[in-house]
Formats: sequence, C-alpha cells, structure tokens
Amino acid sequence: MIPELGHFALILTLCLSLALAVFPLFGAHQGRASWMAVARTAAAGQFVFVAFAFGCLVWAFVHNDFSVLYVATNSNSALPTPYRIAAVWGAHEGSLLLWVLILAGWTLAVATFSRNLPERMGSRVLGVLGLIMLGFLLFVLTTSNPFDRLIPAAMDGNDLNPLLQDPALVIHPPMLYMGYVGLSVAFAFAVAAMLEGKLDSDWARWTRPWTIVSWMFLTLGIALGSWWAYYELGWGGWWFWDPVENASFMPWLMATALIHSLAVTETRGLFKSWTLLLAIFGFSLSLLGTFLVRSGVLISVHAFASDPSRGLFILIYLAVVIGGALALFAFRAPKVTSRQGFRLLSRETFLLSNNILLVAATALILQGTLYPLFMDALELGKVSVGPPYFNSAFLVPIAPLLLLLGVGMHAAWIKQDGQSLFERLRGVAIVALAAGVLLPWAVFGSTSLLTVIGCALGLWVLLSSLIQPLARLREGKGLTRGLVGMSVAHIGVAVCVLGVTITSAYNIETDLGVQPGETVTVGGYDFTFQGMRRVEGPNYIADEADVRITRDGELVAELKPQKREYRVQKSPMTEAGIDGRMSRDLFVALGDPLGGGAWSMRIQYKPLVRFIWIGAILMALGGALAASDRRYRVAVRHRRREKEPVGVPAGEPA
Amino acid sequence: MIVRGLLVLLLIGFSASLFAIDREPAFTDPALQARYDRLTEEIRCLECQNQPIADSNASIARDLRRKVKEMIAAGKTDQEVLDYVVARYGDFVLYRPPLAPRTWLLWGGPFLFLIIGLLVAVSVIFKKSRLVDDEDELEVEETD
Amino acid sequence: MLRYLIPVVVFAVLVGFFWVGLGLNPGEIPSPLIGKPAPIFELPRLRDPEQYLNNADMQGQVSLLNVWATWCFACRQEHPILNEIAESGVVPIFGLNLRDQRPAALRWLEQLGDPYAATGFDGDGAAALDWGVYGAPETFLVDADGTILYKHIAPITHGVWRDELLPRIQAAQNRQ
Repeated sequence: MIPELGHFALILTLCLSLALAVFPLFGAHQGRASWMAVARTAAAGQFVFVAFAFGCLVWAFVHNDFSVLYVATNSNSALPTPYRIAAVWGAHEGSLLLWVLILAGWTLAVATFSRNLPERMGSRVLGVLGLIMLGFLLFVLTTSNPFDRLIPAAMDGNDLNPLLQDPALVIHPPMLYMGYVGLSVAFAFAVAAMLEGKLDSDWARWTRPWTIVSWMFLTLGIALGSWWAYYELGWGGWWFWDPVENASFMPWLMATALIHSLAVTETRGLFKSWTLLLAIFGFSLSLLGTFLVRSGVLISVHAFASDPSRGLFILIYLAVVIGGALALFAFRAPKVTSRQGFRLLSRETFLLSNNILLVAATALILQGTLYPLFMDALELGKVSVGPPYFNSAFLVPIAPLLLLLGVGMHAAWIKQDGQSLFERLRGVAIVALAAGVLLPWAVFGSTSLLTVIGCALGLWVLLSSLIQPLARLREGKGLTRGLVGMSVAHIGVAVCVLGVTITSAYNIETDLGVQPGETVTVGGYDFTFQGMRRVEGPNYIADEADVRITRDGELVAELKPQKREYRVQKSPMTEAGIDGRMSRDLFVALGDPLGGGAWSMRIQYKPLVRFIWIGAILMALGGALAASDRRYRVAVRHRRREKEPVGVPAGEPA
Repeated sequence: MIVRGLLVLLLIGFSASLFAIDREPAFTDPALQARYDRLTEEIRCLECQNQPIADSNASIARDLRRKVKEMIAAGKTDQEVLDYVVARYGDFVLYRPPLAPRTWLLWGGPFLFLIIGLLVAVSVIFKKSRLVDDEDELEVEETD
Repeated sequence: MLRYLIPVVVFAVLVGFFWVGLGLNPGEIPSPLIGKPAPIFELPRLRDPEQYLNNADMQGQVSLLNVWATWCFACRQEHPILNEIAESGVVPIFGLNLRDQRPAALRWLEQLGDPYAATGFDGDGAAALDWGVYGAPETFLVDADGTILYKHIAPITHGVWRDELLPRIQAAQNRQ
C-alpha cells in the first residue's frame, strides 16, 4: 500500500511541476499576476508530495518490504538500519528520487528566500526550475520507478553492495547532489535573465549567494568521495580521474569560475554574457555527469546503470535543456553589453584570467574523459585516458592559476599600480620560493622539480592570502565576512595543493608477506603483526589482524585491519586500519593468507594526506563565510571629465 | 533476468575491485620494484570497471602482473613490457594514450586551450583598456 | 554576432557523439592480432598430459580456437552451439581450457559433450596472455597458414555463427 501511495505522490508532484513550469513563465511573459503567483504555491506543493514519496521509499526499506523490486535488489533484513536508509540512494532509481527531492528543496528555498526579487524575474526563475523538475519526474516515472513491485515478493533482499555499507554513504551522495542540483538555481537565474532580456549588477547580487552555497556543498561532496575511496577501497588512493569523478570535478571548476565572474558583474557590470555562459555550463556539466553515470557510454567503477535506453532519455533531456539555454544565449547575449573598462593590471584582468584558466582546465578534463568515446565513434580504435595523462595535463592551466591567484586578490578594480603591488608581494614571493625549494628537501631528504613547484605555489597562495587580513587587523580595522571568507577559501586551496604535492612525492607503499610476530619497517615506523582472529559482524564475518605500530620503541598506534566476507553477496572486502594524524597517515590493509599464519599486507606511509581534505573543508568554510556577508557591495564612483562616450560595439563579451 | 544480469555484473565488478597484493615476493632491488609499481599502475585491468592491474585481484590482472614481474626479472625494459601488452590488447590497455596523429588533439589540448584562452584574454583586455582614460579619477568603495 | 553561436554548435556536436556512443560498447576490445600470425604456443592436452597441442596441429586447415573454462557461466550457454558446429564438420574446433582444474574440466566435457578436436590445458593463463585473451568465452578464427582472421568475444550464438563466422570460414576455405 505504502509504495503505491508513494507512486501516486510522485504523479501528483508531476502535475504540480507541470503547473510550475507552465504558468509562471507564461504569466511573466504576459504580465498576468495570478499566473505568476502559482509559482510559490506549486513549489511548496511539489516539495511536500515528493518528500512524502521519498518517505514512502524510506519506509519500504526500513520495514524490509521485499515486494518492492528496488528494495529487494539493494537491501537485506540483516542490513543495519542506518544503511537501510542510506541504501535508498544506493542505486539508480533511488538516487534519482533523491535528486528530485533535492531539486524540489532548492526550488522551495528559492521561492521562500527571493521575495526581494521583482515578480517577473522570480516567476521566471521558478518556472525554469519547474521545467527541469518536470523532465526529471518524467524520466523517473517512465523509466526508473523505484516503486515497481516484485511479484512474487522475495524472501530476502540481495543486500547492499558491501563497499557502500559505510557511514560515508549516508552523507556523500546527498552532499554531492545538493551541489549538483544547486547549480540549477544559477542556471535558472541565467535563463530567467535571458528571457527578461536584461542583466545587471542586481542580478549578479541575487545569483551569487545561491551559487556559493551550492559550490560549498559540491566541494564537501567531492572531498567526501575522495576521503571515502581512500579509506574504503584499500589501495590508499584518493583520486583516479575516473569519468564519474571528473563528472563531479568539472561542475565544481565551472562553479568556481562562476563565483568569481559574478563578483565582476556585481561590482562593475562587466563579463555579463560570460557569466551567463558559465552559469549555463555549470549546470550543464552536472547534467552531463548524470548522463555519463547512467547511460553506459563510458566505463567507470561508479556507473549506476549501463542502460542505453535510459541513456537516450537523458540525452534528449540534455539536448533540450542545455541546447535550449545555449540557443537562447546565442540570441540574447549579444544584446547584453557593458561600457565599462579596465586596464591590463587590474582585478578584472586577474579574474578574467581565473575564469579562462578554469575553463581551460575543464575543457581538458572534458576532452580527456570523452576522448575514448570520440575515437570509438570515429572508428579510430580504442584508447584509454587515465591518470598518467590527467596528472600531467592538469598542471598546465593550474600552475599559472595558482601563481596568478596569489597576486590577483590584492589587485584593485579598474587600475592597479604595478609598483605598489610588487612591493607588497615581493617579500612573500621570495619566502614562498625559498621555502618551496628548501623545506621538502630538509624534511624528507630529497626533492624534485615538481615538488618544488607544488610547494612554492602552495606556500605562495597561503602567505599571500594572509596579507590582507593581517594588514587590516594591524591597522585596527575590522574584518568583513567577505574578506575572511575569501582568505579562508584561498588558504584552503593552498593547503590542498600542499597536501597533494607532498603526499604524491613522498608517500611510501609496500606490499609484504608478514609472519605472525614479524616486524617490518616502513617510512621510519615499525609495524608488528601480532596475530589474527575471527570477528563476526551483523552481516559479515571477518579475519581481523592485530598490528602494533611503534617508533623508536614508543607505541604509536594499534590497528585492526579486517578482511570481510559479506554473507549474502559473498564478496570479499578489505577494511583498512588507518592511524591518521595531520602530519601523516599510516595505512595497513590485508591481502590474502599465505599459509602458515602468514598474510600479505599493504603498508603505506602517507605524509600530509589529510591536508587534501582539510583544504577542501577550509574552502567550504570560506564559502559559507562569504555567502553570509550582506555587505559585499562595491560602489564605483566614476568621475569622468568632459569626454565623448566611447562607443562600445554591440556584442562584446564583457 | 535483468536484475540477475546486473547482479552478476556487480559481483564481478566488486570482487575485482579489491586491491591487489601479490603472493609472489616483491623485488629485493628497490629500483626494480619501483619499475614494477609504476608499470602496474599504467596497465589497465581489462575485466574491471576502470582500474589498473596494480589495484585489482581479477584473474587477468594477476596474470598480467606476473608477466610484468617475469619480464622485469628477465631484464626487459619498460618499453618492451608496454609493447608486449599493447601488441596483444591494443592501446586500450594502457592508461597513458600513445602519441600519434589520432591523439595529437588530446596531448596538445591543454596547451591549445591555454593559447586560445590567452588570445581571448588579450583581445578582451585590449578592448576594455581603451575604455579607461588616464585622467579619470576612480574611487572604489570596498566594504570587504 | 556569430561567435555567440559557438557554444550551441559545439554542444550539438557533442550530442551527436553521445548519440553514436549510446550504440557502442566501450568495454569491447578488438584484437590487434587480427591479420597477424597466431602466437606460438604449446600446451599439454587436457585428456592426455603427455601429448601437446601446438600451432602445428592447427596448421593446414581453417580452424577455430575456443577459450573456455568451467568457471565461465557464459561458456555453458555457447556449448550446445559448439557441439552443433563440431557435428556439422564445417570447421574443426580446438579448445583452450583457461585457468581451470583438470578433473572439473573433464567432467564438464563428459556432461555437456566434447566438440573439440583437442583441448590444450592452460593452467596459469600464460598462453592465453599471448593470444590477447582477457576473459572467457573468446573464439579465434585461424587460417590454414596460421593467420588470425577474426576474434569473437562473448558466447557464440546462432546469429554470430551465421553472420560473422560462417562467411569468413567459407571465404578462407575457398582460398585454400
């Protein structure tokens, strides 16, 4: 009964989203207040019903209703309850329902918090969000209904994939989806502006907080994914440039560019059509990610479903939504112009460079991810593009970006005096370069060009981000949230870069066969294998090892890595033992028994690996601070002498 | 039926995703072991859903790792090992795409995008800087 | 201005690629050995370990080499069709038993029938590596002079036999 109610609720949601898609947009076009007013009510209504539907699915999981096909495929009566709830979004149909729920949530948030928007604008934004929702609901109801019944009902379920039975499953997908779906708000604002036919600083001021918040969630979601892969998969890696990982990274890069571009539009009314394009790209890449994960056109460990028929639906949806927005852009953007200018050395230039480099990075990741598909489609053969390519290629735009980042945040709008900038930064630059050259070599005993570059750039950004806040504190001036947010976020970038550089350069990984009682030394630490025992979990049995770690005779940690066999799916899984500190992680994972009580183990020493995720947390924190600053407003008083206005040719991109 | 097929896929996919530790002993020479580690990260496991042979326990991954070990021990160069697998499985088996006319766009891409970006930047800055006069006094009130 | 059309045009091209991509199989790897001589191999025979199966046994006639194993679920599916092919006598089938256990493999042939002129036992998969095999079942079509003409990955079905293998076999046999 409950699943049927859920199904029915989804159908009602569809009707409401249809209303939301149709009435406000036509209402705004024709100036009908009553039709525009539909938006808020429809937004609230659709959220209520989709939340109810989601609740029904959760109920089905918690109560082990194996007459529902999706529950039977992804759950089991022995599965602990928290994982039963998380299993709701563990596979294709449920994760789509989560997407739809979150989209309804964002739509409601926009409806609630945009009362200061002019009515036509607000209606258009909500209308676009309704259109997006409509498409997704049609997809769910026609091809991916989580409430389909299994008749006769299964005796018990197939259990959730063991790799997903982890606390991270509870937060990683929701965080990621909050980010992905949140970018639809910026997209909706962009489309609404194009429909209105005008774009100004006010528009940028409305759009920016929504973008920063979704960027924040996306940052955390990606970081959680990386962290989860690190401790769950057992090989100690944290990023593989897998197509689905790239599919989350590209929208993040675009959202970062968008946040910075919006700053220029907000402050000086420049880069308008460019900002529109970035807003479209951001959400487009989110949708592209959805397509790649569920269509089977690319191979990935993350692929939910390789179903070309579902893929076709998503592709058509993609073509309509993105193609429509880009076509609208082609018509409307030329009319969006600005007459402002700026000099070569100015904040505008640095932000322009930021955007260009981030777009270049996104383009290269997109190309690398899709290249196997391009070649296959053109019958040029099969090829794989993996970390050896991406690790090198990504540095090409990112190194200049980091270099310019350290300078850009100190540049003034319109015109910056080069000499004063140089004097302000000279000291920091020298310190960063010297430390980059000397510190890694001093601490680890060896170095390389890449290590030096990475450390120098990381330290450069770190120190440069501290200049302004410290200067203002010294002068007795207060700190605004905007400034602190920016500094913290940039420091987060620096911390992340340092973590990546050091752990890539100096991590030590050894595979060894170890006898009980034997001690091995890795990275200066002594690992003693003390013995094995058998442990039973709620739905698995495991071999658990006792590994004692000492250094210079002093106890550092006792780890208990496990090798589990889950009863239902019978797949073996390794739970690594990790001793984590800021300065380094010690990582032990079990392999196979070698006979005679000996086991093979992978032991790793990973310096500064936590910096990668700490950096991401700092970035998100910075974003939260920046988004909460209401005073992020700049007035530019431009006193011109008597001059003819300089003609701006129509269709300039900024 | 579809469900079962998907389950089979899942089982194969996930049992193979357990990372890989060899039963055979590692090389005593760290330089050889380093070569082995590097090569096994570059060769793709063909039965898996996007993993190198270093990170998978699938049978093809184990066989290929053993072959790499044999070849290194027999004194073959890195290139000879890579050539061996490419001759039998094609370019697909390497995570580093070859440098050939069909991949020029791929390898040149990062630089190409950078150059295009530079041209765009130059064009925009040039146009916009003409709109600013030196005599203008500009006051910027920043509250951040 | 035309430059504003660039994004939508680029996007349209991408959609075109995705459309084509939906019909492709990214995991299917064509063999680079097609048109090249078969790798040199010598495997102990499954039924009689003292005897060997090697290239010489396949020389002089168009033949199939079928990679199979008892742990391979899909091999069961194609086995009846292999039996039919063997019965028809159109082309001899040689077997390569991959990473298997001898007793289990022999029992399998007892239960399901033995379509193979001879089967080589590749316990550690080394020979299979040389042939560029990465899973089972896989089937190679080898010419009389030892050149690999065609490779089929996945079970052989009636359709595959009729449309892919038989025409090539007949063409090769006519050339002899």
